[in-house]
Amino acid sequence: MTQKITLNVNGKNHTVDADPDMPLLYALRNDIGLNNPHFGCGLAQCGACTVHVDGVAIRSCITPVSSVGKGKVVTLAGLGTPEKPHPLQTAYVEEQVPQCGYCINGWIMTAAAFLAKKKKPSEAEIKTALEGIKCRCGTHVSILKAVKRAAAMMG
Amino acid sequence: MTKMEKPTTISRRAVLMGTGALVVSVGAPLGLDVLLGMNNALAQGTKPPLTPDQLSSYIAVNANGTVSAFFGKMDMGHGLFVAVGQIVAEELDVPFKAVKVYMGDTANSVNQGGASGSTGLQLGGKQMRMAAAEARRVLVDMAAEKLGVPADQLTVSNGVVKTIAPRGAMPKSVSYADLIGGKYFNVQLEWNKAYGNTLYAPGKAKPKDPKDHKIVGKPIKREDVAPKVFCQEDFCTDIKVPGMVHGRMIRPAVAGSVPVKVDESSIKDIPGAKVVWQQGFLGVVADKEWDAIRAMEKLKVEWSKVEPPFPNQAALYDHIRKAPVRKRAEEGKLAGNVDEAFKTAAKVIEAEYEWPFQSHACMGPACALVEIKDGKVNCWTGSQKSHFVQNGLSAQLGVPLENVHVIWQTGPGSYGRSDADDCAADAAALAKAVGKPVRLQYTRDQGTGWDPKGPASIHRARAAIDAQGNVIAYDFLSKGFSRVDVDTNGSKLFDTLAGQTQGVTLKSGDGFGVPAESYEFANKKTAWETIPPLLDRSSPLRSSHLRDPVGPQIHFASESFMDEVAAALNVDPIEFRLRYVKEPRDIAVIKAAAQKFGWDTRPSPRKGQTGAKVSGRGIAYSQRNGTRVAVIAQVDIDRATGKIFAKRFTVAHDCGQIINPDGLEKCIEGNIIQGISRTLWEEVKFDNKKVTSVDWISYPILDITETPEKIDFVLINHPEIPPSGAGEPSIRPIAAAIANAIFDATGVRIRRVPFSPDRVKAALS
Ligand code: FES
Ligand code: FES
Repeated sequence: MTQKITLNVNGKNHTVDADPDMPLLYALRNDIGLNNPHFGCGLAQCGACTVHVDGVAIRSCITPVSSVGKGKVVTLAGLGTPEKPHPLQTAYVEEQVPQCGYCINGWIMTAAAFLAKKKKPSEAEIKTALEGIKCRCGTHVSILKAVKRAAAMMG
Repeated sequence: MTKMEKPTTISRRAVLMGTGALVVSVGAPLGLDVLLGMNNALAQGTKPPLTPDQLSSYIAVNANGTVSAFFGKMDMGHGLFVAVGQIVAEELDVPFKAVKVYMGDTANSVNQGGASGSTGLQLGGKQMRMAAAEARRVLVDMAAEKLGVPADQLTVSNGVVKTIAPRGAMPKSVSYADLIGGKYFNVQLEWNKAYGNTLYAPGKAKPKDPKDHKIVGKPIKREDVAPKVFCQEDFCTDIKVPGMVHGRMIRPAVAGSVPVKVDESSIKDIPGAKVVWQQGFLGVVADKEWDAIRAMEKLKVEWSKVEPPFPNQAALYDHIRKAPVRKRAEEGKLAGNVDEAFKTAAKVIEAEYEWPFQSHACMGPACALVEIKDGKVNCWTGSQKSHFVQNGLSAQLGVPLENVHVIWQTGPGSYGRSDADDCAADAAALAKAVGKPVRLQYTRDQGTGWDPKGPASIHRARAAIDAQGNVIAYDFLSKGFSRVDVDTNGSKLFDTLAGQTQGVTLKSGDGFGVPAESYEFANKKTAWETIPPLLDRSSPLRSSHLRDPVGPQIHFASESFMDEVAAALNVDPIEFRLRYVKEPRDIAVIKAAAQKFGWDTRPSPRKGQTGAKVSGRGIAYSQRNGTRVAVIAQVDIDRATGKIFAKRFTVAHDCGQIINPDGLEKCIEGNIIQGISRTLWEEVKFDNKKVTSVDWISYPILDITETPEKIDFVLINHPEIPPSGAGEPSIRPIAAAIANAIFDATGVRIRRVPFSPDRVKAALS
């Protein structure tokens, strides 16, 4: 049975008619029409579907749409814009990180939530914060450079 | 998100129109009729046929003077389009920014082979270079006629053709835009009648001398990174068309079994859910994606009982050893008589190596959208061979080739013949059955469990040593599953799961390979043997191309073995290689890597290391279609846990002329990380019924916490040698470099990949 659920996404309210058990990912992609986040595994193992709910990085592929409640959802598109980029977006462009780019949501959204709380993290802390997120193209070296660059920009 | 109102992509016509000019822009110094009258032979308003022998199939000058390049290959994340843009801009003498490269769209490019064998620049770039050079020649001829000056008295810069005027005099000039902007070249090329990688169609022009290159060789950045991080660019997973439904496939729990009973009533409560069942092909569609997923999970299916098709995994290598040989070939530079030489040996060194099946395990499982409308087909796919998908869908759906439009759109990673080609054919079968456009995305377990696998293999090497410690004979044999059990593209239905599940006649190909190096021994033999697939139809272990097909396995063995021989002779591994490697460019990469790394000359293993943590360094080198790479790995090993940290790499890379050094470094970086991953972690697991490594837990890859601390590059540039590839060569020697470093650290030789902690621990104890 579907029900009407109102979601606050990137600062705007959207009402979707959905099975309450449906993962948030499908509401964002299909009902709200975002091309970010992505489906990578549906198992909370890769990060491709990561969004923020009230500033916390979560895996939208396993988060029932009904569980979000009044939480404010921010996706990569809501994190920054070309005019007002998030430091991680700037750093990603500067470091020319991605290859295929399908993994971007996982890294940037997880790192953004981490850097919001942790100023001047060490390399080891960055690695631990990002543990488990996947990049199959192997851009690991550049990802770390970008996160360090963004951390420096954020002071 | 792009909601496609009509199934259009950027067709060539749209590109020309979109940049503002109908034919010649208002305010251009000449009217259309004058221009057409003058150069009718070379330019025209209507589009010449999209055939490889037409210059217009590769290059167009838009009304505003910008250039569109239509490329029949595509970028798999290495910034290939930047390099191709550099080449085109260079030859045409236009600014780099004036060139836009369109890739992999069958409506505006010819079949140049797709992404394939690291030939993006080697072959694809070569053709684009010749086409751009020809376009420049033609434009200069047009200018000569217009300006009334012989062509050899004209120069071009920034897309403007000028007379070489004596000092003080005003040069006469005309721009490309004024000459042809907005119209098509009507120029015939000398096409070699080949399609795919070997397609070649030069004109009369000679490309520039590399010493005159100004744009080629520059570290120009990719412009697609910003659109990606700001979500302005769609992946193939993001495309939607009106009336589209979502599909999911259902695969058997025992490989080889087929549905015998499908209870459609089990999903009757799911809105719009429908079953598509054709022999072994079983899928569902629904209007909403979540409903398609629920239908896939809920559908009750009875499957045929079949004998478990696979050996247990522990018996895999024994199976390969004992399996009948389907094809054998001796390749490479053979010399002397190996068997006779071994009879005279003072000492024989022998070893055998094993490499598992590996998965593409792309970042996301494959996705494709197929729309069949009014006898026409549109397909959006991440397949790295869109023109071959066009062939495949044409045959599968019985629609003439010209009515099938395949649009390559970046997919969730691509490293060869992945699940993407299967997905396009499955989506087409679903779309045909339900009469609606179908967007099909596989599940994670289908992506990792059912993609075509990199073949498993064993490798036997032996060397004959004389009394003075010289290698007098070398014999190397690979035996494994074919790298073309299913072919490298989706052009034939029998190579796709859709075809195989629907019972088409099968045709499994045979192919493997031999080490690519320049070791010279008086007697040398390198050979391969392929064995039949474990299950011939619809197998989750069918084998095909995975990045640098069979290169990592072969060179893991051959370069580990060179180290074994060096160690047996108590010779430093680099010194040993330099005794026998003969090609100067090979010697140069080995020496360059050694120097950059700060190699201390001594035999392996390293002496005097005690305690739980030990470290070592190892070298490996190989060639690949003209490119040569030497890699030195430094690794730390925790003897207590068996955990390996591949800490530092030094890569010396020679791929001839470097088009873009920054792009090249990134490309190598990805090769190294993926190479470490495949060496330390990756192994397809299976039981006798099915593949059991189906997600990121059961098929782990290298984690960010395991990132090497440092990668140093020596990029050797040879502007005078046309570029060979870089997309794969540097993944090739990684496994051996790591294995050799482990041996250096521990004195223990590990001959089976992956070097997972339990395996290393067992080997060390
Ligand atoms: S798609 Fe959600 S973690 Fe992989
Ligand atoms: S860039 Fe392709 S998966 Fe990360």
